[in-house]
Amino acid sequence: MPSQKSKTKPKDKRKTQEKNASAQGEEKKRFHPSGPRPLWSGTITFGLVSLPVNLYPANRPKPVSLRMVDAQGAPLARRYFCEKEERVLDYDELIRGYEVEKNEFVVVEDRELDSLAPEKSQEIDLKRFVGLDEIDPMYFQRAYFMTPDKGVTKAYRLLAESMESAGRAGIATFVMRGKEYLVAIIAEKGILRAETLRFAEEIRAPEDIALPEATRPDKQRAKAMQKAIEALTEKGFAREELQDLQSQRIVARAEEKLARGEDVIALGEEDAPEFEPEQGGEVVDLMQVLKQSLAEGRPPGQETRSDADKSKPEKRAKPAAERGKEKKRPTSQRGTGKRRSAELEGLSRDELYERAQQLDLPGRSRMSKAELAKAIAAAG
Amino acid sequence: MAARAMWKGVIRFAEVEVPVKLYSAVQDRSVHFRLLHAKDRSPVKQAMVNPDTDEVVPHAETRRAYRTDEGSLVVFDKQELEALEPDSGRDIEVIRFMPPQAIDHRWYDRPYYLGPDGSESLYFALAEALANSGKEGLARWVMRKKSYVGALRLHRGVPMLMSLRHEEQVVPVDALEPPKGKALDAKELDMARQLISMLEAEFDPDEYHDEYRERVLELIEAKRRGKSVKVTPIRRREASDDLSKALEASLKKERKRA
Repeated sequence: MPSQKSKTKPKDKRKTQEKNASAQGEEKKRFHPSGPRPLWSGTITFGLVSLPVNLYPANRPKPVSLRMVDAQGAPLARRYFCEKEERVLDYDELIRGYEVEKNEFVVVEDRELDSLAPEKSQEIDLKRFVGLDEIDPMYFQRAYFMTPDKGVTKAYRLLAESMESAGRAGIATFVMRGKEYLVAIIAEKGILRAETLRFAEEIRAPEDIALPEATRPDKQRAKAMQKAIEALTEKGFAREELQDLQSQRIVARAEEKLARGEDVIALGEEDAPEFEPEQGGEVVDLMQVLKQSLAEGRPPGQETRSDADKSKPEKRAKPAAERGKEKKRPTSQRGTGKRRSAELEGLSRDELYERAQQLDLPGRSRMSKAELAKAIAAAG
Repeated sequence: MAARAMWKGVIRFAEVEVPVKLYSAVQDRSVHFRLLHAKDRSPVKQAMVNPDTDEVVPHAETRRAYRTDEGSLVVFDKQELEALEPDSGRDIEVIRFMPPQAIDHRWYDRPYYLGPDGSESLYFALAEALANSGKEGLARWVMRKKSYVGALRLHRGVPMLMSLRHEEQVVPVDALEPPKGKALDAKELDMARQLISMLEAEFDPDEYHDEYRERVLELIEAKRRGKSVKVTPIRRREASDDLSKALEASLKKERKRA
């Protein structure tokens, strides 16, 4: 069985898949990655106004994620393994199934899932605008920056400015990577942000926890506590207080070891691209992509020919969506593998562990946060 | 169904000590799939593989490595990493208190309800003290070998800890520049504002449901019963060319509806 290490293979596959898509020359361009891909590309509709946008994470992973290597220091990759045949499987040998009974699976194809919500997968339809302060902060889940796409910036600026001055957030539901989200679109400093909200059914009510009946508290004790609270009260907090000390410790130790030349493996130029980009390593790229997209009204690498914008809107939408398929990861059957794992990176390890448990992923208790995210993304 | 506590700790500040249990305040409702080997529909396992040789490397033989900006790897063994883990303990130390929402929701990561662990009287005294002071605490604790920063606050009168993202994890808006362009047309801005005010509503979370999840479950059920499933391709909508026209038409439509 040939391994996946050949980098040309996925490209060749894509070429045949997309032979009708466009001319060879244009296609070649898409193979040059230009930083993180948008997590979602679609349209905001506001009345009869529609504007194309891309979503990028506004939360990023921890700055340090350690990668798995073997005893000699060779970087390892997570692969799928068939126990019966005792071999590593190729990505196109994998399908997605839902366990309806023990060991009985209903196979579901990605295109079937996508077509369950054709509108919501493509559109954020702003039909309601609510006061920003009306939303209980408990609902907020994760934030994404929205950047204009296809060079359409005027409608973006118009919506951002009118929402910001009204102090209102647009509320809608939409589907991203096989999940429906309730979302609040918030304008701040001329930039639109999509913040996903938890559905009411995803939040437990305090009653669900079966807390004891409130007894009358010891007044004196409560007063003493309140006094202690007041004594410890300050006006606000500084970002620095939220520093990730654990990561800093690891970096500090790594630097010590580096200075001593202890356990250091210098990588040859050639090895580097073989790496799956570490999420942390993309932090700088994310900022660049955000800045460039906001300034130019389209993600970097997208053509700037304005006539192409008008004549072929569907086609223009494609490159961004399909570039995600570049590296054939298991879930990239739908081109979402990368995006999905980027999204998962934003979750806490506990949250990821919970999901891994539900998926019954082997070895989950030993996995780091980044590994959990990768494994979950792959398992769908 | 009574939820199970996921961790126990002791809230501490000044002389105050309140033993509490942590409960997840959220529940995952997404539909989870498994990856199967297409040939026989058997679930696949994951393995760490050397991509050059396709050889599976047993877990005991794996190490972890930190990658420097220059691309070198610094390898850690398990003992070294364990030594770097934060000291575990039961303390949830409140460093200080702040006015409510001094920490805004963008830092919020995961909510946990707090319940009493033993002394109910201490627990309810804390709830009352938080309510009367109207303040929120900034707390630190180590849970399952991971250090957390969180906001100690009330939700519907119940004390809770909202774990917070770390500094580097939130991209500040100030680091970005909004799209620029010609000054916006005053008339268009006015129409857009009108449209927003016509669409004003109150936020009622109970109005929204995860319909997609229900459809996924229906799809699975239909396929299980052997029904064929129709697949419709997706097309992306075109951007509006003429903003004024689109806004005018939208306003007209909304007025009609009203």
